[in-house]
Amino acid sequence: MDIQILFEQLINGITQGSVYALLALGFTMIFGTLRMVTFAHGEVYMIGAYVGFEVIRLLHPSFFLALGVALAATALLGIAIEILAFHFLRDAPHATSLLVTIGISILLVNLAQLIWGPETQSLPYSLLDKMDYGEIQIGGIYISYLQMTVLGVTVLLMALLYILINKTKLGMVIRATAQDYEAAYAMGVGVNGIFMVAFAIGSMLGGVAGVLVGVYYNLFYPTMGGLYGLKAFSASVVGGLTSLPGAVVAGLIIGIVETFSVEFGASNFRHLFSFLFMILILLFRPGGLFGGRELIQARGD
Amino acid sequence: MTNVLRQTLANLPYLAIVAIMALLPLVISNQYYIQVLIFIGIYIILALSLNLLNGYVGLLSIGHAAFYGIGAYASAKLVMEAGLPFPLAMLGAGVVAGVFGYLIAKPTLRLSGIYMTMATLGFNMILFLVLQNWMSFTNGPLGIMDIPSPSIFGYAIESLLQYYYLIFFLVLLTIVSMQRLMSCRFGRALVSIRENELAAEATGVNTTKYKIQAFVLAAFYAGIAGSYYAHFVKFVSPDSFYIYESFILLAMLAFGGQGNLAGPVVGAAVLIIIPEVFRFMQEYRMLVYGGILVVMMLVRRQGLLGGRNYSLRLPWFDDQQKTIYTRGDKFLPEDDT
Repeated sequence: MDIQILFEQLINGITQGSVYALLALGFTMIFGTLRMVTFAHGEVYMIGAYVGFEVIRLLHPSFFLALGVALAATALLGIAIEILAFHFLRDAPHATSLLVTIGISILLVNLAQLIWGPETQSLPYSLLDKMDYGEIQIGGIYISYLQMTVLGVTVLLMALLYILINKTKLGMVIRATAQDYEAAYAMGVGVNGIFMVAFAIGSMLGGVAGVLVGVYYNLFYPTMGGLYGLKAFSASVVGGLTSLPGAVVAGLIIGIVETFSVEFGASNFRHLFSFLFMILILLFRPGGLFGGRELIQARGD
Repeated sequence: MTNVLRQTLANLPYLAIVAIMALLPLVISNQYYIQVLIFIGIYIILALSLNLLNGYVGLLSIGHAAFYGIGAYASAKLVMEAGLPFPLAMLGAGVVAGVFGYLIAKPTLRLSGIYMTMATLGFNMILFLVLQNWMSFTNGPLGIMDIPSPSIFGYAIESLLQYYYLIFFLVLLTIVSMQRLMSCRFGRALVSIRENELAAEATGVNTTKYKIQAFVLAAFYAGIAGSYYAHFVKFVSPDSFYIYESFILLAMLAFGGQGNLAGPVVGAAVLIIIPEVFRFMQEYRMLVYGGILVVMMLVRRQGLLGGRNYSLRLPWFDDQQKTIYTRGDKFLPEDDT
């Protein structure tokens, strides 16, 4: 195979994978702090995409304005989900919260169907032309500006998240809550607020991923979150559910493997890989790629 | 003799329900109602099989439709390509689903519950994608068409009424067999695992073994339901076994309540009837299921009939009724749920 095509596919794979990584980071952020799985994350992503779609369509064809509004909207949505599914059910078994998030995800998909209709929508090209849609050539390899934007935003967000978690006071508090929320509470941390903040951050990552994918492929439909959410979820499991670097690496691996599977003629089964990875990791290395020795015990389980 | 009489009287409500359900299709002339009743029957079996895991053992399976789908495809394949008679194919569908259940349960049940939950979800997705893309075997999204109607030892089942009695018989078989299972050592072991796994292990219950057995059994029942579905609708396609189908089952348990045999039956019946009554919102029936999941979990976590045991007394089998512990029993310490 041509080495240039190989490189272009690699870039495609990384672009795809970085979006999985963003979503998986959201899952990991939420599970890491609350020790609870949310299944509404894919739908948060979908809502983020639609918010971006409406901003570009109605307000102003600017990619970054769309990102900003989607960030705010999904942060609010995340807080709402946290209150509904976790805040009221803090003492309930894990399964209860899980079922509520499943219910919320069903509700969100159907609400989106009511609002935007079940059909696939796209942004008109007249609007897209106002945004940068060129491509540059580096040594015979074509990379579009859009791809670079997607990659740039992803890398920027990951860096911001890294600084937030590791270098700031808020990050320290989040880490303390993640380690042992009861001890953190005893030390005077407002645990409920921290749970909400963690959930909001996770949801914002999902919302950004939604805008990125929505504009990248220019396809918006109510069920767009389903498969993406589940794939990102398996990426997060592969990464170890609590490890942020693990989520990024797993997301990238899944994106690259998927893209190359299309190139090598297994396009029908490309959606399968993430779930196979997840099952394999669960079987042989349940701690995740970089997982620690101890099994992660879900709280209240 | 008086004892038997008394116990029969105690079962009178159940016997009355069975009698009414047996006579109902003879009174109803509208074929459409009978069809709805048949679907309720299918979902009762599915909800009961999921209840075995979610309600009795306290594991959370969120990909149960996978075994339903495996049963449906296996049965269709066994009848159409292997040429097996229907009763054998139905049994075979259950066994195939059970084997897959074993393959999923064996490795994941060593770990804590959440891992099995994730594996069931992943398995459901994998199955859906395989069914949709393995063109040569499953005919992809087009599905398998013209599945022959069942014939049991030469007796062909063709009219809706005959279908109704077949599913009626299967539902009765499921309920009675589950009742028997749950009141023997096996069932009590499952409940003990749900209540306190450590204590169960300490009293000599091989928890992993029982969990795997329960999982295989649940998959088997789901496979049977799938087989019936395939031969009733005469058409199977991957869309019928997407994770939404699993979520519908979860909503049924959440609504009716789990951990006993009455809750799933009520949940399945009500949640099938609701979208049929409100025809205008047929398109948004998932909205109903999602709403029920959220509201029930927030308002009444144990479901409509959950949290207690509705004992079905079977004097023909039991000398005396053995009690089954349920959550909130006065002999059990109050936990914080």
